[in-house]
Amino acid sequence: MAEAHDAGGAPRSEPGTDDVAPAGAPMAGGPRRHGERLPAAFFVLSIVGGLGLAVVYWEGGQPQLEGVFLALALGGFGVAMVLWAKRFMPEGPDVEPRGRMGSTPAEIEAFTADFESGEYELERRSLLTKLMLGAGAALGLAVLFPIRSLGPRPGEWMVRSPFRRGMRLVDETGKPVRPGDLRVDGVLTVFPEGDLADEYAQTMLIKLDPGRTFTPRPGREGWTVDGLVAYSKVCTHVGCPVGLYEARFGQLLCPCHQSTFDVYQGAKPVFGPATTSLPQLPLGVDDEGYLIAEGGFSDPIGPGFWNQDRQWERGS
Amino acid sequence: MNEGGRPSARTRAGRLARWVDDRVGVARAGRSTLQKVFPNHWSFLLGEIALYSFVVLVITGVFLTFFFKASAEPVTYEGSYEPLQGVEVSQAYKSTLDLSFDVRAGLVMRQMHHWAALVFVAAIVVHLARVFFTGAFRRPRELNWVIGITLLLLGIVNGFAGYSLPDDQLSGTGVRIAYSVLLSVPFIGPWAASLLFGGGFPGEDIIPRLFAIHILIVPVIITGLLVLHLGLLVRHKHTHFPGKGARDDNVVGERLWPTYAFKAGGLFFLVGAVLAALGGLAQINPVWMWGPYQTQNVSSASQPDWYMGWLEGALRLMPNWEWRGWGYQIPNPFWAAVLLPGVTFTLLYLWPWIEARVTGDRREHHVLDRPRDRPVRTALGTATLSFYTVLGFAGSNDVLAIAFDLSLNAVLVAFRVLLFTVPPVVGVVTYRVCKELQRRDGPVEPAASGSSEPGLGPEAPARVAPADPVRAEPVS
Repeated sequence: MAEAHDAGGAPRSEPGTDDVAPAGAPMAGGPRRHGERLPAAFFVLSIVGGLGLAVVYWEGGQPQLEGVFLALALGGFGVAMVLWAKRFMPEGPDVEPRGRMGSTPAEIEAFTADFESGEYELERRSLLTKLMLGAGAALGLAVLFPIRSLGPRPGEWMVRSPFRRGMRLVDETGKPVRPGDLRVDGVLTVFPEGDLADEYAQTMLIKLDPGRTFTPRPGREGWTVDGLVAYSKVCTHVGCPVGLYEARFGQLLCPCHQSTFDVYQGAKPVFGPATTSLPQLPLGVDDEGYLIAEGGFSDPIGPGFWNQDRQWERGS
Repeated sequence: MNEGGRPSARTRAGRLARWVDDRVGVARAGRSTLQKVFPNHWSFLLGEIALYSFVVLVITGVFLTFFFKASAEPVTYEGSYEPLQGVEVSQAYKSTLDLSFDVRAGLVMRQMHHWAALVFVAAIVVHLARVFFTGAFRRPRELNWVIGITLLLLGIVNGFAGYSLPDDQLSGTGVRIAYSVLLSVPFIGPWAASLLFGGGFPGEDIIPRLFAIHILIVPVIITGLLVLHLGLLVRHKHTHFPGKGARDDNVVGERLWPTYAFKAGGLFFLVGAVLAALGGLAQINPVWMWGPYQTQNVSSASQPDWYMGWLEGALRLMPNWEWRGWGYQIPNPFWAAVLLPGVTFTLLYLWPWIEARVTGDRREHHVLDRPRDRPVRTALGTATLSFYTVLGFAGSNDVLAIAFDLSLNAVLVAFRVLLFTVPPVVGVVTYRVCKELQRRDGPVEPAASGSSEPGLGPEAPARVAPADPVRAEPVS
């Protein structure tokens, strides 16, 4: 920091002398009022703001007033400081030398010599040096292991819903659903009975319009009941709930990134960034007339990832 | 008393200062600090605004930690917000409502905290743009550029983590997307997602973990990097614009004490005042209106905070591409939400070295460039900014489609076209404006600013030119 001692190339007066008072202003004795009024007013405003804040708080608090009084307290303080600086404090330009960044060759040499005198000891005891490096590496590796405690090994749980063959479909309140509960073009979010919490359980139940052509995927001809079709509600793009049904077009739309799926064609993606169809759930009816799943979903639930297909096949 | 020939301290404050000096020896270093010269320009205050926003973030954030309960445990809301009374919500959501409605000054603190976060990232971005356009990243400041980019990255990460804590419908949707984006990374995605979330989404662990990240891990790193950032600033001394006798071996400006200290201190209070006014008067993120997060619910017009908008827009504009082979896949979100930010930040980190390589200019610079004197760099900068601005607007394509009564498809196509047409246009216009401004400046004097150097200056186009004749050859 040696260069800083030589700061102040430009001549300037010492703070405290009467350098800014206009000619003719009272020099000694009386305080210098000229130009002080405005910053003084802002300090007063700041005091008012601070006291106002205290009163508002004392009286039980009120968010808008708290914000306003705090803004006055801080703003008055800030404006007063800036005005004070602009009106009375010495202006630049001041100049100071910048000094050099890099070290001189002599400094580098001296440093290197000092460092090497210590390093010599390390070179001489090469066994200890090597063991120290080895111990450090082993310790570094060992302390990384607890990271493994943070979560379970990725597996089938990443792609499966809790739906199994024979499980009843229930609504958000847990009430079992009958095929007659939905009118044409009606939709309902359903879950497997007893598992309303599982993210991958949420399913869209849709009553198709019998006047339109429904083209099931090959092998899924018997997966509907009374014109009801069920698809996973988890978007295959980034997992938002595909919650908007545009009955006019027979399309399910994800509000997050507008991926759109054609309900009448196996929920294949027809717009937006999604690349894969929504998985379909085979439907049936039990002895008491309630909707049940005839099995698990057709495909892995949720957005894609590196080994999604392999995780899925592992369980099939 | 006159100890060791030193002047005696007469006042109480003087005696206290002497007591400290006897034990620390501050007078020498302290004097050089008081005399430190700071160049004067409004654009040098942008980084200070970021710093002061961070101070406000720490103060308001500490207050919030005394009331917020980072837990996904379900509880019944019984607070004073009537529409949600009796609803089962998470502890995190309930405590956010409680500190907003039932803790005196709590709402102002929370809203100031949120506004300060938005201003913090915004000030960093504008500061970054200033440093870029004026060439302040050049030797010897490359390391401080790298630290600054890291601070931007951490600011975004911590903003997102904090935004996610209240466990409301909007933030839950954001965390859902973040989980899927993490999952989309080839090889390590499934492990990374499982380790961060303690299993599947949403799970019980993510909120307490985000809390630890938000209030401890990232703030500590930010504080450390800020100290380094400012330490290097002191070491290098601030850059200055050409003129007023500014050279590469001096600093022209105002001394720290008292003028600059009062101006900078005043700015701190003014930043605080603006944030307080916003926190009191401008409602932000009213989580009681979004409702508690439930995995099967979502609303349209779900937009994140502004600094995530470019990623949201990229996710929406990305065509439905994926890669599949041998039972593996690289899913669609990877391109927009992992690859794009990865490339963005890699280029940002490397920019000082990229430019040095292109221009061949590896000398020390302490006098700043005026943006007009470096038309190629300036044009690249504005074109890049416009690219991310288009992406940001694309993040609201559904809102825009409704507002202007357009089909979503038309808006999507329009944004895809704009994304690749706006930046070149902005770049060319910027270049022309720079040239015109140069012309009006008159002949350039060979100043110490180095504007006559070859490279990204006026001469740069000539370097590109030789490629043109080849392309222009008639195909016969």
